[in-house]
Amino acid sequence: MNYHWNWGIFLEQVKGGDETYLNWLFTGLGWTLAVAISAWLIALSIGIGIGTLRTAPNKGLAWFAATWVELFRNVPLLVQMFLWFFVVPELLPREWSLWVKQDLPAKEFITATLCLGLFTSARVAEQVRAGIQSLSRGQTMAGLAVGFTLTQTYRYVILPMAFRIIIPPLTSEFMNIFKNSSVAFAIGVMELTFQARQMQEDSEQGIETYLAVTVLYFICAFIANRGMAFLEQRTRVPGFIASAK
Amino acid sequence: MKKSLTFGLTLVSALALSQPVLADTLAKVKQSGSITMGIRESSYPLSYLDDKQQPIGYHIDICNRIVDTVKTKLDLKTLKVAHQAVTSQNRIPLVTNGTVDLECGSTTNNAARQNQVAFAPTVFITNVRMAVKKSSGITSLSQLNGKPVATTTGTTSVQLMRAHEKGKGIDFKEVYGKDHADSFLMLETDRAVAFVMDDNLLAGLIVTSKNPSEYAIVGETLNIEPIAIMIRKDDPQFQGLVNTVIKDLAKSGEIDKLYAKWFMSPIPPKSANMNFPMSDTLKTALNNPTDAPAEQFNVKK
Amino acid sequence: MSFFTELDVSVIAPSLPFLWTGLKFTVTLTLIAMSGGIILGTLLALARLSPFSPLAMAASWYVNLMRSIPLLMVILWFFLIIPLITGYPMGAETSAIITFTAFEAAYYSEIMRAGIQSVSRGQVFAGQAIGMTYAQTMGHIVLPQAFRNMLPVLLTQTIILFQDTSLVYAIGAKDLLKAAEIAGKNYNRPVEMYIFAAVIYFVICFSLSRLVKHLQSRIAIIR
Repeated sequence: MNYHWNWGIFLEQVKGGDETYLNWLFTGLGWTLAVAISAWLIALSIGIGIGTLRTAPNKGLAWFAATWVELFRNVPLLVQMFLWFFVVPELLPREWSLWVKQDLPAKEFITATLCLGLFTSARVAEQVRAGIQSLSRGQTMAGLAVGFTLTQTYRYVILPMAFRIIIPPLTSEFMNIFKNSSVAFAIGVMELTFQARQMQEDSEQGIETYLAVTVLYFICAFIANRGMAFLEQRTRVPGFIASAK
Repeated sequence: MKKSLTFGLTLVSALALSQPVLADTLAKVKQSGSITMGIRESSYPLSYLDDKQQPIGYHIDICNRIVDTVKTKLDLKTLKVAHQAVTSQNRIPLVTNGTVDLECGSTTNNAARQNQVAFAPTVFITNVRMAVKKSSGITSLSQLNGKPVATTTGTTSVQLMRAHEKGKGIDFKEVYGKDHADSFLMLETDRAVAFVMDDNLLAGLIVTSKNPSEYAIVGETLNIEPIAIMIRKDDPQFQGLVNTVIKDLAKSGEIDKLYAKWFMSPIPPKSANMNFPMSDTLKTALNNPTDAPAEQFNVKK
Repeated sequence: MSFFTELDVSVIAPSLPFLWTGLKFTVTLTLIAMSGGIILGTLLALARLSPFSPLAMAASWYVNLMRSIPLLMVILWFFLIIPLITGYPMGAETSAIITFTAFEAAYYSEIMRAGIQSVSRGQVFAGQAIGMTYAQTMGHIVLPQAFRNMLPVLLTQTIILFQDTSLVYAIGAKDLLKAAEIAGKNYNRPVEMYIFAAVIYFVICFSLSRLVKHLQSRIAIIR
């Protein structure tokens, strides 16, 4: 392969600027972390609520939750990102729309975080629901039998168990959000993928650029994974297969 | 972590070791009986897909001439032509790793890229300018101070804007679309007051937009960029063949016909006519075809 | 609001054959990667839970590596690097199928692991007590329950897979979303094409989830 390697490229200055490419990548990493973590907070809080509602005995609430999930999980993230950025503001009255499009500070960041958070909330909700439904009905009955209200049963019996069961798939989701945040480049958030594209165009050292970016994503996801594994270990319940090891 | 680093390094050394085989494109084509053209899906009107998903465009026509010559030269009864869609992210690795033999897209020939690949003589030259809504009254870059200006992620216009910003003390707010259609949409929906890009691309976007009369291409030229067909570096036989084909096209005047077909007549898919006459810079370049990089076109006078 | 009254739907009709080819590729890739991924993923999950620690380590290492790298990068690396190692280029489609199966297996394996762990240990003991082998216990008792428990999550993952296939654009393969994007660009009507793509995706994924819900109600375990 006649590829012209240049590993020193990261320390070189960008064209027409006085930063190095490494600065670009770290700025990108910063935005990636900001988008991913803010979106995760949105996803987790909404997801737990919606997932719990899906198992609620009230038909209306369950329907609302189901609609939420179907709406946000059945359209690809990239398309949702595009719609939030280009189409939703057009639904507002003219003045508001112009404000959102021109004056709203950090508009790309806000749009991306909201979109990624809502998208992920649907997926978290499904996992919460699966966790709740995998518990035997005896647990709810036992909760009610000792005099808990339904809310208390959820709070003290069902949810703590369900969470432990869904930690592995939830870990996947937490790791996913770092990677999915890369879609934010599509609307111009200057995160890691965005910087990688700029850097490879600027420097013409594509393979080095993408290797570096792959490693940075790997580190983020790896740390997220270890954190969740620690949580998983700490919260094991005796008597389930999970505690076997 | 450590393990995957080792894994990564092993891969990298595997890359470094598997060097030969690819240097001679003609020998490779003769041996395999096939040639792979790199194409773009939406570099209107140089290289894009029609409704039947066939690659068409000005560069594609020229590449087909090159392929015909390869077939004659190698005396092959049949030559299989494969099309591989490329993006601006992967086109250079795909040429260097041997997946693509002839990249017929819309790649700017510049000095940095010449470290990695070689270029055919230039057959198209674009000027980087800006598109605005006529109603904004903007006619020059100096009027953009403090205003949002759209450009496309990972294009050379970004570098140019940065350089310009620094020199003139003008402070744009850059907003980025992921592709040209998105960047144009930013202009259309008033997210940006101008869109800085190659003028042929701007002309194509305007003519296919909903209200072409609302837009104009204005302002000074930020850069002159030769757009060229890309091949592997250090392959004198293939480079020689490509050079001959293009020089012949230029000498016989056939290139003018091809230019008129794509830039001065209605073209698919919307049968829009770009009405984009050949610039003097391009006329001069075609009189004496060269693979000089963009830097030589922009020497400060 | 003129934005919406000006929507130009006339570009959709000529793009339909284009979108149809894209859809066919998306569906094929999803089906292959799903079946391959679930089988491989279940094996990986069993390996991870096996008492033989090198096997468990290897499986866990593979799963974590795959889950830590963005799919886009995995697709790109497989496509760029395999030709350099094997010496000849591989088609974008073949490359996509191999990449997706290998990648999705990691995700399905985490779901199956959670499923297996949701089965109470008493059931495994019961299996052993009546003289079943490990394979019998897993095959007849644990896996069927794990599979049923995790059906909603498996489905969600498949819907994600269906949508993720859109990332094959990075190597030039054309799926549904890419086809819509190209049409949007070449006609310069991105809004119309994205809205249309959103509708197609929604209809397909929603029908899929209805179907599985129906299936689920028929095979659910009453506790």
